[in-house]
Amino acid sequence: MSSPGRQRKMAEINNNQIEFPIGPQHPSLDEPGCFDITLEGEKVVNAVVGVGYNHRGLEKTCESRTYVQDLYIIERVCGICSHAHSSAFCMGIEELSGVQIPPRAEYIRVIIAELERLHSHLLWLGVACHEVGFDTMFMFTWRNREKVLDILATMGGNRVNYGVNTIGGVRRDLDPASIDMLQKTLDTLEKEIKYYANLAKTETTLISRLAGVGKLSKEDVLKYGAVGPVARASGVRDDIRVIEPYGAYKEIPVHMITDDHADVFGRTVVRILEMQESINIIRFCIQNIPDGPIAVKVPRRIPAGEVIIRVEAPRGEDIHYIRSNGTDIPDRVRVRAPTEANWHGMTHMLTGEYLADVPITIAAIDPCYSCTDRAIRVSSGRDVEVMDWRTLRRYGIDFYRKKGIDLSTLAVGR
Amino acid sequence: MDILISLLKVLIFPGFLFLSVYGFIAEFLDRKMYARMQNRVGPPWYQPIADFFKMIGKRTLIPADASPWIFRIMPFISLAAVSAAFLYVPVFGNKAVFSFDGDLIIVLYFLTMPPLASFLAGWYSRDVYATIGATRIMTQMFVYEVPLFISLLAPTLLVGSWSISDVTRYYSAHPLYALINIPVMITALIAFQCKLERAPFDSPEAETEVVSGALVEYSGRLLAFFRMSLDCELVLVISLFSAIFLPFTTGIVWVDFLLYLAKTLFTLLLLTLMKVSMARLKIVDVVTFCWKYLTSVALVQVVFNLLIRGVLKQ
Amino acid sequence: MNAKRAGKITMEALQNLFRRPATTSYRGIGAPQVEPKYRGLMQYDKTDCIDCHLCMRDCPTGAITIINEGTKTEKKMKAVLNLGRCVFCYQCIDTCPKKCLSPSQDIEFAKTKKDDLIIEL
Repeated sequence: MSSPGRQRKMAEINNNQIEFPIGPQHPSLDEPGCFDITLEGEKVVNAVVGVGYNHRGLEKTCESRTYVQDLYIIERVCGICSHAHSSAFCMGIEELSGVQIPPRAEYIRVIIAELERLHSHLLWLGVACHEVGFDTMFMFTWRNREKVLDILATMGGNRVNYGVNTIGGVRRDLDPASIDMLQKTLDTLEKEIKYYANLAKTETTLISRLAGVGKLSKEDVLKYGAVGPVARASGVRDDIRVIEPYGAYKEIPVHMITDDHADVFGRTVVRILEMQESINIIRFCIQNIPDGPIAVKVPRRIPAGEVIIRVEAPRGEDIHYIRSNGTDIPDRVRVRAPTEANWHGMTHMLTGEYLADVPITIAAIDPCYSCTDRAIRVSSGRDVEVMDWRTLRRYGIDFYRKKGIDLSTLAVGR
Repeated sequence: MDILISLLKVLIFPGFLFLSVYGFIAEFLDRKMYARMQNRVGPPWYQPIADFFKMIGKRTLIPADASPWIFRIMPFISLAAVSAAFLYVPVFGNKAVFSFDGDLIIVLYFLTMPPLASFLAGWYSRDVYATIGATRIMTQMFVYEVPLFISLLAPTLLVGSWSISDVTRYYSAHPLYALINIPVMITALIAFQCKLERAPFDSPEAETEVVSGALVEYSGRLLAFFRMSLDCELVLVISLFSAIFLPFTTGIVWVDFLLYLAKTLFTLLLLTLMKVSMARLKIVDVVTFCWKYLTSVALVQVVFNLLIRGVLKQ
Repeated sequence: MNAKRAGKITMEALQNLFRRPATTSYRGIGAPQVEPKYRGLMQYDKTDCIDCHLCMRDCPTGAITIINEGTKTEKKMKAVLNLGRCVFCYQCIDTCPKKCLSPSQDIEFAKTKKDDLIIEL
């Protein structure tokens, strides 16, 4: 993985190979990421993947704030899988405190999670079509995504980062008006998704771009540790909602969608069919939701302990680790987002492809760069220096003072 | 007096000024129809003119490694070629500003200048995105020029002349013969879409792969004129297409002009429909598609037209 | 996966030419109507405020500040919000024991200068 801030060289043509930079700023990337590709003609010979441009220091921030405040910080790890992150966090704290949240709250969490999966997959479909140059499908899928965002705004209060969760349950209840709106929208969306499924299977120009691209066989998935739709498109049965159900998923029938194509086309098919499955799950929830309260009170101080929670975010398996020490401030919060697991197979997928296939291969793992960036310490066997927070701050100030910028007047902490 | 009228026709109407104004209108209509087909609102009517004047006011940056003279001159070569070619395309019925036997070849020759200018501009920009975009333009040009030439020359086999005005006159006199040319009309439309670098053949300027292709280093005045030359190329292409393939002219000048507008706008609608409904093809797929389908259909049509000519002469 | 033909979407595209666009112009109609429970700017009622600072404690970003400009017996409460830091999570509304803060659907409060972002509720 290369670090940000390297020098970029332009058009070096030596022995028939060109260094082609994609990123950090590039129209095909939503967020900054660096892919240094070595091209020979139009074929990719080598690819170096570099992430780390979106690091915000969220895990450190969580260690100086209370659990109630951390809920909103963790929700904003990602804009599109925000509910998955906040559900995992809440589930971890509820398990540490030993409380059981009411079943109505569990069902509401599932409804919001499936709505989030719907709008995330619609977003992905639009972005993938934009990467292959099919702008019309991009506009159509995002128009339908707006309907889902309208429901989420009615039910949660915001189009993204809907703060529905609270420690001990949910904050907002379903009222009959929003259930009505939800059912009408689901009927419209079902028809549109069937249209997209048909289009994806028969439109020649789209299939010529998606099929045979970004191949990752079943053995490679297990070797590189890919999760989510990327793994399911290669035939690996990996869906947390089915193999280790949590919350209301213990009572809801969920069908795992797998495919055998093991390329970008397979991932498209898996995501479109998952959208249809989400609609079925939401309908089941609306019919079978139990009555009752929507939250229980959880004390501010969480007993000491550590917990690992896995949920199925739209992009795959999301792992949260929380360690508490008896106070109302967590000791350590670690978030392993699904995209972090999917990056490792990227060099393998990119080598040997055409240049035109590179953007869609990158987009097909549905990368969420904001989710990915955590500080990982890689020890290379030589002298490794471990810095704590104060030493790191002093090192940073000295580094910039040599360049003539004085940062020592900035305050530490909140 | 003659020279004055000729100058007026070359510079004002139907020459350069008409071409550029119609180019802006065609770009607006293309973008508006494209947007409406995607269920969006689209830009207002003054958007291309506003873009042009905005870009003229911006600073022109020339990269340090680029060759400054070629960089500066390419937009104007492209614009000059397209403006010169437009003089041979009939706007009022059968009459172009100038016409002689063989002007179809001259127009096709001038039509190779905009992609060539883009290629040279990209190659001499010394930028990695521009290099890839420029090589893709040349690759595409090698594969679509052959079917394009054959498709445009096939209808002339029945006419017996290589002057665009003669072709228009012949097919207006015998409108039913235009139906014979329908297969090659379709291949010409697709080959023109290749030349204009629009979807599904816009891999030379694929936004998500090579940012902007050969023109990536252009900014300011030079980019404004390059874009204007691309708009004028669009008008030239739709006028050429409607002159050769779409018959029906009366003798009256102003009715012919309205018919010309209607035919060119119909062609623009067809080109926009093609742009809307397909994804971008990879450059290797473009090569196979052009050789496998376009060239073979065009060659079959040429043989067919030769037979028909034999039949008609009797 | 049998590819049948290209351009399947053409029919839908042609029909869209005659339909109303799905997007609207902001300049034409003004601010869009938001949903009834959309999280907009909070509103502060100072009559019941007891200066407990629980909202300040629970705010994730430290955006809200409660200031007492009077004395302990004669309170003159003021709530100052830093719009640049507020994420509109509404935890302050949920936490307040006296329900002094209430939700609203006001969404138009963009400012041109950074100093104007600190407003009084």
